[in-house]
Amino acid sequence: MANMAQAIRMALHYCEDHYALQDVFGEDVGAPLGGVFTATQGLKTAWNSPLDERGIVGMAIGIGLAGDRCVAEIQFVDYIFNTIDLLKIAGNTHWVSNGNYSLPIVLMTPVGAGIRGSIYHSHSFDAWATRLPGWKVVMPSNPLDAYGLMLAAVKDPNPVLFLKSKALMRVRGDELIPGEPEDEKTLKKMIDAPIGDRTGWNPQWPDVEEYVVPIGKAKVTRPGRCLSIITYGRNVLMCNQAADELHHEGFNVEVIDLRSLMPYDWETIRESVHRTGRVLFVNEDTEVTNFGEHLAYRVTQELFYDLLSRPRVLAGKNLPGIGLHPNLEEATVPQVRHIKEAALEIINEVP
Amino acid sequence: MARMNIARNKSTKKPLARNKSAVQKSENQKAADGKKARAGGWGLELPKELLLEMHRLMVKSRVLEERLIKIYKAGEAYFWIGGPGEEAFGVPLGLLTKKGQGPEYDYLHLHYRCSPTMVALGMPMIDAIRLIMNRATDRCTGGRNFANHYCFPEWNVVPVSSPIEVQYTIAIGTAWAQRRRNGDSITIVSGGDAGTAEGDFASCLVWASRKGSELPMLITVQNNGWGISTPFQGQHGETHVADRGKAFNLKTMVINGNDPVESYVKIQEAMEYIRRERKPILMETMVSRLYGHSSADGLNRRPEEDCLELFEQKLIKSGLLTDSKAKAIWDEYEKEAREAQEQVRQEPPPSEESIWDHMFVDNENGDWRKF
Repeated sequence: MANMAQAIRMALHYCEDHYALQDVFGEDVGAPLGGVFTATQGLKTAWNSPLDERGIVGMAIGIGLAGDRCVAEIQFVDYIFNTIDLLKIAGNTHWVSNGNYSLPIVLMTPVGAGIRGSIYHSHSFDAWATRLPGWKVVMPSNPLDAYGLMLAAVKDPNPVLFLKSKALMRVRGDELIPGEPEDEKTLKKMIDAPIGDRTGWNPQWPDVEEYVVPIGKAKVTRPGRCLSIITYGRNVLMCNQAADELHHEGFNVEVIDLRSLMPYDWETIRESVHRTGRVLFVNEDTEVTNFGEHLAYRVTQELFYDLLSRPRVLAGKNLPGIGLHPNLEEATVPQVRHIKEAALEIINEVP
Repeated sequence: MARMNIARNKSTKKPLARNKSAVQKSENQKAADGKKARAGGWGLELPKELLLEMHRLMVKSRVLEERLIKIYKAGEAYFWIGGPGEEAFGVPLGLLTKKGQGPEYDYLHLHYRCSPTMVALGMPMIDAIRLIMNRATDRCTGGRNFANHYCFPEWNVVPVSSPIEVQYTIAIGTAWAQRRRNGDSITIVSGGDAGTAEGDFASCLVWASRKGSELPMLITVQNNGWGISTPFQGQHGETHVADRGKAFNLKTMVINGNDPVESYVKIQEAMEYIRRERKPILMETMVSRLYGHSSADGLNRRPEEDCLELFEQKLIKSGLLTDSKAKAIWDEYEKEAREAQEQVRQEPPPSEESIWDHMFVDNENGDWRKF
């Protein structure tokens, strides 16, 4: 069973062979490291860029304008902020050119807290990302979805931002990627680079198959009827755990993994909230002008008379950063206990 | 507005002398002038047909820009920014471009002073007028963007963008796509001298010059001596912007962009090198800015060297062109520009509904209300 880094690697390998992916690049993306999270290890099109985020995004835009397919990486999303105007240009290229140019590029970057990353390895970007019109934005919570969303992203004719939770890069899922060997040791031996000298090493890629997760489609990870929790990325695992614990306490909570933030699956949200009457949005970007607030706003506009309690947004505290000590980090971004507390508060609210 | 072609106006018949006395050259410009002394005679060592074609396109470009300025001054456009004064560089650049669509042809990452290059590529005047008047018929942007922010995919003219210098980081990507194809196509990027203070210029030099991964790029800097209101000396410690390329082992050139013959010869030389060697050149070209930065600073004619006046005078004095033939060219394009404006006035503005067009490819819905 692959972890998320291995799943992304296999997805990129599939795209090299089947979707004409020609460049996978970024800081330390090529040999010998294959990415700081090893997500690009062994790929034949992976190469190391200069340490220049603006150059990386500009290079990707230029490759896209020329009609070639690329996946560029910003090593940590914490270092993407000096590229915002280029991201805006990528988002507006098709629109401002009156449809003359399209920009089929993928930009992937590790996001979020959970690896004791201190101030500059813990940022989230989902709220920022949804303020870049013209981009599609995806954020998987498990290796299979990471594989399927990467295939969808590379196939898509628009710019796609692929946000990968740092804390999930070594987490395994419970569903096999089609063609992946069942035994994780076998997979490791096939595609993980050895420690030490790698000069003679080549991966033995498993014969993975096409598996596409459509952009814009959410997934119900826990069905329930008394509360809808809408989340994505690593918070999905926390919300699932909270829902399982609440289930033992007699509360039947639904969890929806949004998977795509832009466009998002409103129909799945609408149907769930219409049924439960109660909703909690969970993510770890800062709480002021948070993407969850947009969704909560839409719920109040379109489902107001279905609601049995006030919609809530549980997000990262509105602080300049995330402190390194676990006490600081866990007080800053949602933890399972916070999700349970918020869920119970909503469930117990009397209209 | 005063016509610019005073060279053929016999009642004023001394534009050259007047301009010479009024020219405010930067030190860089003087240095570049020194390098063109090689021209000798009239400095017209190119085939007659080419010289006359360059003159014709320079006139067309100037008339077009002056028409755009008139349109702005008449209140029929919200903003003007453009390139009058850069014809002697821009026209040869357009003529020497390997024109076509896709990585087998040259890519042009232009800025908003490149109307001469667009005219030389073959852009009809009316397309520039539709753009500045924001009509639904504006094929470049659908009424969305400023004057001279062109986009012509059939000639690899990628969208011109207002943020300064971003085209230099984007250009490396098309050059990378060309590099792997082993053809002779190149990527051309242009911008002003002030913009080279942005990090994107340094990014371009870094990425274009990596050993073993050099990019086939003509990196141009049109040095007009100004960044809106700030003079060159207030922004630069380097003698020439081109000198910065030397630290990256780039071949560099400084040319007189007010001389179309020198520009043609040097651009041709540079392009031949880049097409053959698949390595970049940084070319700084000294040009004038005849109407200021944009409509935001008055649009008054500035007392700077006028490349078109000088060239037309040379052609007439050398006997390659007559005054009456020159006048006929100006009149022809004045008529074309005026008629184009009259036609565009009759064309519809973009509809309110069109704001959602092209948010995503194939008009996939981008409005969250409809997700």
